[in-house]
Parts: sequence; C-alpha cells; structure tokens
Amino acid sequence: MSGHNESILREPLITGNNITYAKITDDILGPVENKPNKAWWIGFIFASLGALLWVVAVSYTFWTGIGAWGLNKTVGWAWDITGFVWWVGIGHAGTLISAVLLLFRQNWRNSINRSAEAMTIFAVICAATYVVSHMGRPWLAYWVLPLPNQFGSLWVNFNSPLVWDMFAISTYFSVSLLFWYTGLLPDIATIRDRAVGTRRKIYSIFSFGWSGSVKTWQRFEAVSLILAGISTPLVLSVHTIVSMDFATSVIPGWHTTIFPPYFVAGAIFSGFAMVLTLLLVARKVLGLENYITMFHIESMNKIIILTGSIVGVAYLTEFFIAWYSGSEYEQYAFINRSTGPYWWAYWMMMTCNVISPQLLWFKKIRLSIRATWILSIVVNIGMWFERFVIIVTSLHRDYIPSSWAMFSPTWVDVSVFVGSIGLFFTLFLLFLRVLPSIAIAEVKLLLKSASEQAKMKQIKEGHENKEYVNEYVESLEKFDSVKQEEYAKI
Amino acid sequence: MSNIKYILGSFGDPDEMMHGIEKLQENNITIHDVYTPMPIHGIEAKLGVKRSRIDIAAFCFGITGTCAAFALIYFCAVIDWKVNIGGKPSFALPDFIPIMFELTVLFCAFGMVLTYYASTHLFPGRSPRVMDLRATDDRFVIAVDAQENVSHTVIDGLLKDAGALEVKYNERKYISYE
Repeated sequence: MSGHNESILREPLITGNNITYAKITDDILGPVENKPNKAWWIGFIFASLGALLWVVAVSYTFWTGIGAWGLNKTVGWAWDITGFVWWVGIGHAGTLISAVLLLFRQNWRNSINRSAEAMTIFAVICAATYVVSHMGRPWLAYWVLPLPNQFGSLWVNFNSPLVWDMFAISTYFSVSLLFWYTGLLPDIATIRDRAVGTRRKIYSIFSFGWSGSVKTWQRFEAVSLILAGISTPLVLSVHTIVSMDFATSVIPGWHTTIFPPYFVAGAIFSGFAMVLTLLLVARKVLGLENYITMFHIESMNKIIILTGSIVGVAYLTEFFIAWYSGSEYEQYAFINRSTGPYWWAYWMMMTCNVISPQLLWFKKIRLSIRATWILSIVVNIGMWFERFVIIVTSLHRDYIPSSWAMFSPTWVDVSVFVGSIGLFFTLFLLFLRVLPSIAIAEVKLLLKSASEQAKMKQIKEGHENKEYVNEYVESLEKFDSVKQEEYAKI
Repeated sequence: MSNIKYILGSFGDPDEMMHGIEKLQENNITIHDVYTPMPIHGIEAKLGVKRSRIDIAAFCFGITGTCAAFALIYFCAVIDWKVNIGGKPSFALPDFIPIMFELTVLFCAFGMVLTYYASTHLFPGRSPRVMDLRATDDRFVIAVDAQENVSHTVIDGLLKDAGALEVKYNERKYISYE
C-alpha cells in the first residue's frame, strides 16, 4: 500500500508531527463526542432564529398564496426563482468535490468532501422549498409527477424543461444523499464503537452493522468509484437543466445556447465559495487546521479563479452575441441590463463575480484566510445578483412598454430568503454536532503517504534530491499549521 | 480443546498487518477475515477475494432505468395521450433524453447501493458483528479461526513477530453490545 513514497514535491495533505490513526479519530470526533462550545451555541441561536423566520414566512406564503410576494403581472419570477437557482448552484460543490475530484484522483478532496456533501444536501433542501412554495398551491405539488389523467391533470408535458428539472433535482438530491450516507457508514461505526449506552445504540442503528471486513471495504470502494462516475455527469446535468428552464423560453436575455456551460461554471463557482465560507470558520472553531490546510484553501481559491473567469467570459460572450445577433429585442435586453434602471444590480454582479475574484491571482490574498473568507462571501453575493439580473431585468421591460414595471420585494420575499440562510446554517451546525465533519477513514488513508510527517521521514532518510527538498520546504511556508523550525534543523 | 474461538492479531500499522498476513499464509494458517478502519489496497489479492461484480449489477440497473424512462415517456406522450403542441411531433426523442439520463443515474445508484447493502448484510438496526472495538478506530485486526488452526502458540508467535501490538483470544466470535 505505501510500498513507495509520494513525490516530495507535493504539498502535505495532513500537517503536524505526531499524528497517529488514533489522533485522527480523536481530533475529528472531538466536536461530536464533547459538549458544544460557546461559538457553536452563538451560531446556532442566530441560525435557528433565522430558520424560525423562514418557517413563519413560508407558512404565511402557503396561507395567503404567492400574492404575499412582490411579484406583479410583468415580473412573474423574482426573488423566488433567484433564491432557488442560487441554492441549487451552491449545492453543486459537494458532489463536484466528492465525485469529480475522486475521478481525477485529487486526494485533497478527502478532508473536505464530507462537509461539502452535507452542505449540498442542505442547499438542495433550501432550493426545493422554494420550488414548492412557488407552486402557489403546494398541496397539489404531486402534479409535477407523471400521474394518469384521472388524477386531475393530463400527463405532465415531457417536452418541458420544468418537468426535466423535477426529475433532475429529485435524482440529484436522492443520489447525493445516498452517496453521502454510504460514505458515512464506516465513520458512524467508529463513533458507535467508542460510545456507550443509548448513544451506542443509536449510532449502532445508523451504522447498518458496519464491521470493516475485507469484502465490505472492497465493495465499498467499487461502489464509491461507480457512484462518482455516475454523479459526475449528473451534477453537470442538473444545472444544465436548470439553465434550460430559461434557455428554452423565447425571452430576450434568456434564449441563448450559452446558458448550460455558463450556469454550470457559475454553480461550481458559488459552491466552492460557500464551502470556503463554512470551512474557514469550521476549521478554526473545531481545531481542524491539520486536516484542512492552507493547501486545501489555496486549491479551492484556484478553482474559484478559474470558474469566476469562465463566468466572466460568459458575461462578455452574452453581450457580444446580443449585438451580433442583430435582434433588436436581444440588444435592448442587454443594454437595459447594464444601463437601465437595474444597472446597479448588473454592476454589482460584474464586480463581485468577475473583478474581485481576480484578486486571488495574488498569492498573498489567496493565502490570507481573512481575505479568502471575505471574497467567498462577496462571490455569493455576486452570484445572487447574477440570478436576479438574469431573471428580473429580462422580464421587467417586456414587449409592451405600457406594462413595463419594477420589482420591489415584500417582507415575505426578504424573510423567505434570509430565513433560508438560517435554515441552511441550522442544519449545518446540527450536522457538525452529530456526524464527523471530515471523512475519517479517507483521511487515514493519507497518513502514511501524503502527511507532513511521512515526508519529514523521507527527507531524514536522505535519499531525496536536495533541490526538491528545498522546494518542498519553501512550499510549506504558506501553511499556518506547520512549524518551520523543525526544518531548519535538517 | 479450548473454548477459544478466534485469535485476533491487532496491529497498529497497515504494512505490518500485511506482513502478518504473509507470515500466517506461509505457515498454512487460514485467515478468517481482516477488520480495518480504512480500505487497504492490495489486500484482496493476498486473501484471494474475488473482484467485486457490483459494476455488472450497476450497469444492469442503469440500463433498466434508461428503458423504464423511455417506456414511461413513450407511453404517456405518444400512445396514451398525444398533446398537440403547435403541431410538433409527439415522438420527440431529443426531449426524452434528459429524463432518460436522470432515471438511468437514479436506478443505477439506488440499485447498486441496495445490492451492496444486501450483499454485505448492511441494513438499519443490524447488530454489528464486531470482533475488536478498536478495528474501526486505530487497529488493523487479523482474525484467525482458533478451532481450525490448533497451534495457537505458533500463531501467537507469528503475529507478534510481524509486529502485532496485542494478540487476543476471544471465546465468543463477536463482542456483544449487551
């Protein structure tokens, strides 16, 4: 297994010098096995107040109908669909990290995939509630399923992207949940075998009787790989289909073929930003600096630069194509976007998504935790505005100038959105308390090959090229969890 | 004959455990199973565990999903109730593809994972068959059937030579939780 060493040039994925298998378990299970600290309680109180607001606002919407929102005859989609697409987009990072990075053998995913997948599931829950409340009559939500005509409607229209979306989102949610839970089984078993009493009984039920025998692990790995293989096109298909909700309609500003790749890049962009927002805080509060290292943060920042730039190119391409199409409606939609009454939203989107992520080209900013955290929030603000711009500016000035209108949200619109953020954080904070936030078994796999101490041993053995060793030691400077003095001695 | 049912060699390092497996096999001692806190690559070959056929199952489930989706859409939109949408053909295959794809993934994922659960006997509430509680934490445990392999001192010696931190003699196969 570790018959040969990993190249010394690669940065370590686990830092620290006295890490053992037992220490990994202890460190990661710390928040699960101990009482929560003050920071957690403060976060939880705020988040659950937000969740309460969400319950009130959604119940009010159900009770009064979507007239409670600020929608009007012209702007029929606004904060609701903006919120939906925003959450679905955020929900892309989890499966992307666990599936795509697994296929590409990016081992650094091992310590961030668990919480990213949890985040995915919670984000999709937030997104799904938007869809249901947007239906207006949520008790008839089953009408989106293909049910026989006697049930009240005709068969659903299989040519409609909204129906595809129902299939895509529900498949994505259930497959992500399955992927996440199957990966959790060995770690739940770890908690079970360390716990006593009722706690052990509860974790025992949820561990499905996991034993860790050879065959269990062998099949587990086969299953994980195949799930990754099928989840990769799945994650791409979901936002593709979400974008088709817009792209197949004949509305200037929506009716473009660039939408699928543009939406997918945007989804990865905002998903990684949200992962950073959460993990930068979690690693500090839960003391996981040795497992979620500066290398992880830098890698995620690099993905943010890449996807942010793709999104930027897409914005410019859209503009160019609007002009090049020769269609005056298309041209007007874009001129109106950037200089019309919603110019501020457009430029907010441009600044937050295209300009500010470019700051990450600077190594200093990329490696600053504070700057990264702020930028990750800026990205998500920008991505919210992107959806708002696409939806509202394309609708608010339609073909008849007499029906041109502006959109102003009501307190319900605002509360549903703010509340959904509260709901998301409530679920995430509860997750941190009851399940390991890092995949314990997968991190253990890295200990003997990709940890700082394994590489230290390699250096001490003295068979490594001096130049490479120097380069490696230099690369360690960025880590806030590495003690440089150790290397000065060698 | 003693009451000892299983001898467990508990290792702190996966490479030493692999070494222990080799040692036991050289001495014709059959290994019941190995319990580890993480997957060990290359162990299947050593223990003669056959390649998993779960990929074949996954393919079959996936293709079932594709066909099910096609059959459903074809029945609804082409046979049972044709909806005239601007005079366009009701058998619009390109429009069927997204749902066919999604159901392929859905059937494949659920079929495969449920097959996995069934074949490895995993289900909610199943009492865990655990021989050593630390096998899910930091120990790599080789289990040897003590009834089949009678030379206990030899086994003990081999395991310790290979680097076992502890050798346990269990009188019960699994540690009960009661």
